Amino acid sequence: MSVMTDTVLLNAKIPPGPLEDKWDNHKASVKLVSPANKRKYTIIVVGTGLAGASAAASLAELGYNVLNFCIQDSPRRAHSVAAQGGINAAKNYQNDGDSVFRLFYDTIKGGDYRAREANVYRLAQLSVQIIDQAVAQGVPFAREYGGYLANRSFGGAQVSRTFYARGQTGQQLLLGAYSALMRQVDAGRVKLLPRREMLDLVIIDGRARGIICRNLVTGELEAYAADAVCLATGGYSTVFFLSTNAVNSNATAIWRAYKKGAMFGNPCFTQIHPTCLPESYQGQSKLTLMSESLRNDGRVWVPKKKGDTRPPNEIPEDERDYFLERRYPAFGNLVPRDIASRAAKAVCDAGFGVGSTGRAVYLDFADAIKRLGVDVIRERYGNLFAMYHEITGEDPYKVPMRIYPAPHYTMGGLWVDYNLMTTIPGLYALGEANFSDHGANRLGASALMQGLADGYFIIPVTIGDFLAEHRPDGLKADHPAFKEVIRNVEDNVKRLLSINGKRTVREYWWELGRIMWDNVGMSRNAEGLKKAISDIRALREEYWQNVRVPGSAEDLNKSLELAGRVADFLELGELMARDALDREESCGGHFREEYQTPNGEALRRDDLFCHVSVWEYKGEGNDPVRHKEPLVFEVVKPSQRSYK
Amino acid sequence: MAMKYHLRIWRQAGPDEPGRFEDYTVDNIEPDMSFLEMLDILNEQLTKEGKEPVAFDSDCREGICGMCGLVIDGMAHGPRRLTTTCELRMRHFPDGATITVEPFRADAFPVLKDLVVDRSAFDRIIAAGGYISVNTGSAPDANAIPIPKPIAEEAMDAAACIGCGACVAACPNASAALFTAAKISHLALLPQGHPERERRVQRMVAQMDLEGFGNCSNHGECEAACPKGISILNIARMRREFIRANTRGSAV
Ligand SMILES: Cc1cc2nc3c(=O)[nH]c(=O)nc-3n(C[C@H](O)[C@H](O)[C@H](O)COP(=O)(O)OP(=O)(O)OC[C@H]3O[C@@H](n4cnc5c(N)ncnc54)[C@H](O)[C@@H]3O)c2cc1C
Ligand code: FES
Repeated sequence: MSVMTDTVLLNAKIPPGPLEDKWDNHKASVKLVSPANKRKYTIIVVGTGLAGASAAASLAELGYNVLNFCIQDSPRRAHSVAAQGGINAAKNYQNDGDSVFRLFYDTIKGGDYRAREANVYRLAQLSVQIIDQAVAQGVPFAREYGGYLANRSFGGAQVSRTFYARGQTGQQLLLGAYSALMRQVDAGRVKLLPRREMLDLVIIDGRARGIICRNLVTGELEAYAADAVCLATGGYSTVFFLSTNAVNSNATAIWRAYKKGAMFGNPCFTQIHPTCLPESYQGQSKLTLMSESLRNDGRVWVPKKKGDTRPPNEIPEDERDYFLERRYPAFGNLVPRDIASRAAKAVCDAGFGVGSTGRAVYLDFADAIKRLGVDVIRERYGNLFAMYHEITGEDPYKVPMRIYPAPHYTMGGLWVDYNLMTTIPGLYALGEANFSDHGANRLGASALMQGLADGYFIIPVTIGDFLAEHRPDGLKADHPAFKEVIRNVEDNVKRLLSINGKRTVREYWWELGRIMWDNVGMSRNAEGLKKAISDIRALREEYWQNVRVPGSAEDLNKSLELAGRVADFLELGELMARDALDREESCGGHFREEYQTPNGEALRRDDLFCHVSVWEYKGEGNDPVRHKEPLVFEVVKPSQRSYK
Repeated sequence: MAMKYHLRIWRQAGPDEPGRFEDYTVDNIEPDMSFLEMLDILNEQLTKEGKEPVAFDSDCREGICGMCGLVIDGMAHGPRRLTTTCELRMRHFPDGATITVEPFRADAFPVLKDLVVDRSAFDRIIAAGGYISVNTGSAPDANAIPIPKPIAEEAMDAAACIGCGACVAACPNASAALFTAAKISHLALLPQGHPERERRVQRMVAQMDLEGFGNCSNHGECEAACPKGISILNIARMRREFIRANTRGSAV
């Protein structure tokens, strides 16, 4: 399969000057909207996760009118709430040598040199202010006895820069952002529109001017006009069906924006998290994440003998293979996520996996309990152990946990420039929805940081630069452009309901998930990817002829909601496979079997692929076109990652 | 081991429609399956039979978002303590059991459809002062104000509320006292929350009453049903905050 490419090189609009001055210089040079004029502008923010809630609150504080949408019944339930482990910040409160530069460097390296230096540096700079902001809002981070903030080392970092609130860091940060948001609702500057699903973007004169939503209670299609639109709609790991994400997580908003001309960056970059509960029964709806912090004290192993069915505690020490410690003596169980995941897959592929399906490895705390005592382990991980026990019925204080990698985070997303603007003027993407600062692999505790940097600190500055050039024109949602888009959305909804075939939406979603997991998952090859593309196409064709969507369009209909999302996944899955096929190298979470070092590590090809792949939609039935944003490293020199 | 259950489920077409129980049977349920996964299976079955699936809310399916919530055999979130509906596993129900499933009922939580209710009253309570007024960018260094660890821990205990509404569903008076008290406590415990504490408690309590929640008469059912173990001591703290605010004047 040949890929149509173009010579368009995307311009990321990176400000001039030395790396450490770029953001300050940029802030000093952007255009401003005067305080008196801000209230004449309306900004749509879709999403109320960390990125959306922080953006909506901060924009409203500046004086803009904000319309804020989410699928759930309350903004506080956005999927960010589920983040457990923590949030990074270069505070160096522990005096262990951390700095903005080190956080920047670790993020660039962890992302396997596929992220933009200027963005990542800014992210590291802003990390410091995020913690200040959260504490001022009342986020109850963990503290030491002296009353100062506690930190831990997370996900293989060699400094302790992760702030946390027990195992509920995402919840507490989200409740902080949500409270800031509700304060603006109280002040009348944010209008909250929950139980709404954005189903299309409205473009007028080449600019994003509004959205079409389905009211998920009444079924009505509603139109909203604005001066700019921000999508903070989260990631799309649910394309795999089983993932650590919430069941309503979806790609619909960004996918429909893509089909309206917003280009998609690195769609194939997916993070597979190493410590999740394995798939163990039919009908399972998610793979619960067991926080990565467990790898600080747990040891990962499999039996040395293939197909060893003895209970783990009966397998003697010398018959166990602690494969991470063996392969990566310097980092051991704390290697980055992509490496830990692939290593687990490799031992299971080779027949050493455990559990009823043979697709799991042990995470063992026996040594840690011996060394530190059960009380310390309970204090550190009590809630996680209880959760594991409740789900599996097994007590991890006595038997090792069984874990396996699961789709967790999508580094890919809508391409954005330094201002977070997509290729559609006036359309912005924030948080996990954009192609992000994490390159080909995200470090633990960095997504919360990025979502909040985007929402609290970046968009409030950069959106003004655009709005200052586009005076408010009082556009209303009765403009004919909205009617036309509503008609298309309505046709699509009607079409889904009218097929009345034999198979349920979930069956298709499950089947797509299989194709994705087997071929576009932890390791990929050309043959599998080509097969995935043709299988997905066939499945998509069948879907539109044989899916059964019960109920009507005129009321609350969860099957219909899901049907629209799965229709989009059936298109996005193909783009992910195409992108993975096109990127003939291995980097971070993207592992192409054809490109590996003699000892099985990812082999980057910087001469050919040191770029962001940016895909442009070319209409139904036509192949998308791949453009490039070349990545230039001025400060960090790309090298082969080594964690040995 | 696959199990079989008889389900009596509340069906209601819309907010203004009458509701009724309907009986269903599901088969091939695994013990490790969650209660909601069991309902997923029922819905697949209903779809194939050309019937309308049962509407219920859920999102994270790991007990943190507060989106799910069913009254199972008369108990909010079912029979297990400290467990949300999505975390509840079928191994706790004997094979062949009949299970009754209803929505969280309260005047302030109108049913939207089947098992889905409208809990937006909670958001309005938070909007009435459940926040600290700090604009983005104006915060001092995070370590500028040390907070004793026990206080931070206590604030965290209260802040752990997931806003699911089980406390309201479990309360004979359908009171939202535990929910409201958890937020008031969380913010009253922290020095950052002090400047607004009087106004906050007065406005939030007034909003809670305005939404049509009942009064708290110390039954304690809320604490027993709370999947996050939020203590009713928070209600006592809310009362103290309320009295304190009123004796200091400045009513809103
Ligand atoms: C289990 C788990 C644990 C994690 N732990 C950590 C951690 O410890 N540290 C860390 O840094 N990161 C962690 N992550 C990653 C991190 O939580 C997410 O990347 C991040 O929270 C995403 O935030 P967001 O604001 O971009 O999107 P989300 O929080 O996913 O919010 C998306 C919002 O968009 C809305 N939405 C979506 N589509 C539409 C639509 N079509 N119309 C209207 N609204 C829509 C949703 O309703 C929601 O409000 C974890 C992720 C998972 C799954
Ligand atoms: S679905 Fe999130 S708490 Fe149950």
